[in-house]
Amino acid sequence: MNDMRIVKRDVDMNDTKISAKGVQVFYGDTHAIKDVDVEIKDKTVTAFIGPSGCGKSTFLRCLNRMNDTIDVCRVEGKILLDQEDIYDKRVDPVQLRAKVGMVFQKPNPFPKSIYDNVAYGPRIHGLAGSKADLDVIVEKSLRRAAIWDEVKDRLQAPGTGLSGGQQQRLCIARAVATEPEVLLMDEPCSALDPIATLQVEELIDELRENFSVVIVTHSMQQAARVSQKTAFFHLGNLVEYGDTQQIFTNPKDERTESYITGRIG
Amino acid sequence: MSDMTANTQPTPQKSTSSLYDETKRTKRRNQSEVRFKAYGVAAIAVGLFFLIALLVAIFSNGIPAFKQTFITIPVELTESALDKTGNRDVAEMSKVSTFGYKPVVTNALVTALKDAGIAIPFKKEKDVEKLLSSSVAAQVRDTVLADPSLVGTSVEFRLLASSRVDGYFKGRVTRDALIRDKNLDAEHLDIADAMAKAGLMATTFNADFIFGSDASESRPEQAGIGVSMMGSLFMMIVVLLLSLPIGVATSIYLEEFAPQNRFTDLIEVNISNLAAVPSIVFGILGLAVFIQFVHLPQSAPLVGGLVLTLMTLPTIIISTRASLKAVPPSIRDAALGVGASKMQSVFHHVLPLAMPGILTGTIIGLAQALGETAPLLLIGMVGFIASNMPDGIASGFLDPNSAMPAQIYEWAKRADPAYYERAWGGIIILLLFLMTMNIIAVILRRRFERRW
Repeated sequence: MNDMRIVKRDVDMNDTKISAKGVQVFYGDTHAIKDVDVEIKDKTVTAFIGPSGCGKSTFLRCLNRMNDTIDVCRVEGKILLDQEDIYDKRVDPVQLRAKVGMVFQKPNPFPKSIYDNVAYGPRIHGLAGSKADLDVIVEKSLRRAAIWDEVKDRLQAPGTGLSGGQQQRLCIARAVATEPEVLLMDEPCSALDPIATLQVEELIDELRENFSVVIVTHSMQQAARVSQKTAFFHLGNLVEYGDTQQIFTNPKDERTESYITGRIG
Repeated sequence: MSDMTANTQPTPQKSTSSLYDETKRTKRRNQSEVRFKAYGVAAIAVGLFFLIALLVAIFSNGIPAFKQTFITIPVELTESALDKTGNRDVAEMSKVSTFGYKPVVTNALVTALKDAGIAIPFKKEKDVEKLLSSSVAAQVRDTVLADPSLVGTSVEFRLLASSRVDGYFKGRVTRDALIRDKNLDAEHLDIADAMAKAGLMATTFNADFIFGSDASESRPEQAGIGVSMMGSLFMMIVVLLLSLPIGVATSIYLEEFAPQNRFTDLIEVNISNLAAVPSIVFGILGLAVFIQFVHLPQSAPLVGGLVLTLMTLPTIIISTRASLKAVPPSIRDAALGVGASKMQSVFHHVLPLAMPGILTGTIIGLAQALGETAPLLLIGMVGFIASNMPDGIASGFLDPNSAMPAQIYEWAKRADPAYYERAWGGIIILLLFLMTMNIIAVILRRRFERRW
């Protein structure tokens, strides 16, 4: 762990954005998440780390109810977004997902033009009144995703024709185009090369100004580099949650220490 | 690393053998691979042989049906026989039936033969009329009634030769065979040869076979597949309009929205089973439900289309579901992730990507329906329609009609070998339709295929 650069960053805001209380997730008979309590701060990057199959992605997908699409999945407990229970009967998951955007592990642009990829969200949510508004939103989102300069001359080219790193940044642009309040990222760099990874990480750091970012990662270095808060999951339990610096330098739990020093995982 | 141990332990054979020598195992493996490839090539060769045999049989038997022997002679339309009153009143003239026209045409032939210097070896000159199709009187009558001013003039007509004469020119009828045939004598063939030499008789392309209507058992030279083509077209319109929306809606619901439970499992199993149900069962179902219970007319393309829709639906549903399944789930996730509703994700992203597969499945299903015969026989889609399209009765969805495969079956059933030839000709036309549809399916797939 010598190459691990732990950047000392202060958490600017202490407002809680998402608060999970006693969350249990079941896949059929499998108990995937066991009684997780976590408070995710606003304008902060929170990293979920842990060995494969520990439930970090499952928990992430609970935060915008993507698990609803899986028939056998059942979620118990409470997840509050700005003090509102997102699993309340009155909540329409579609509205929720407009507020809580998501970037997936594998870059998955729509097989449409770059422009249409970014414009899709604003279009279906009616965020743009005119074509000019939409152009502004598209440009702003692509700039935020640090890909504008690379694609501004070929907005009508298919999004699937970009390189892997560009595709992932396009997906990030697509996610931020709907002006979400929280951005969930499920191992966004696992399919990218180190240079593209670096670009996406820098981007995540910039996105922190506007959004609350939750990132699932397999790379502890990445968690240390980009996040202010880290949660360590193991076998469906949230073992330890705290400031990134503290988790990586002075873990309280034996299992966390074993994991970050590479003894389990 | 000690030399002693190296000497005492014999190194295994494998590591010492040269790479250039094939070991026994490798040899055996390679041999079995060669054998397997040979089986594959043999299987393809057998398949190709049968395909070629089939195509040769179809084309050698069917091509003659597209040609027909015609007699081109001037016909003197005598006023005394065709319009006794002489005032060219169509109502008056239509009282003269084809029996009135027959001697006119026969006389014209006799005159033409004499003019060309061809001897008539019969006691009765009238016997030469056996050279002509029995449809010619009607042909001349139709022409005259369409334009009464022709009466009194001499008009050149292209008249159908009888099917025996036609068969003689196509090699189907031989002089020996005529001994047992009282329809035609060997002398007729002599006349036919002489007429061909004089340019009065020729075998040429016959568009009426493609666009014409069916004819009675005794005049195969007149029969065409055009009307049953219309019947097939009407049926395909019904099938397309019903099975595409129903099939696609069913597939989308089952694939994207339906909960996974026993009930949907049951539906799925039943759809797969329906795809394997023999088509004749659908025919008898159509007979019981659409005709006997709902009292829709028999022989109507609407009923045929409904029955074929039932038959095509499982094919379309299965292929549509397969192509919906083939759309990567990441596209659905992406759409849901930006806040699209389930329906938006399906209609904006999944369906366009599945479209080539859906269209291909639909066209293959239609092609299957187009070639289906058995259910049509049960619902009476074998109507005998002897009048042509513009003034025919087979002009709508509820009018009696036939369908191409049913027409082919009908022709193959008839006794006259001339009909056998027409059945093969019909098969060529049917195959052309099927091939066109399959080519369209391939083009659509190529055109709309998108990679992701």
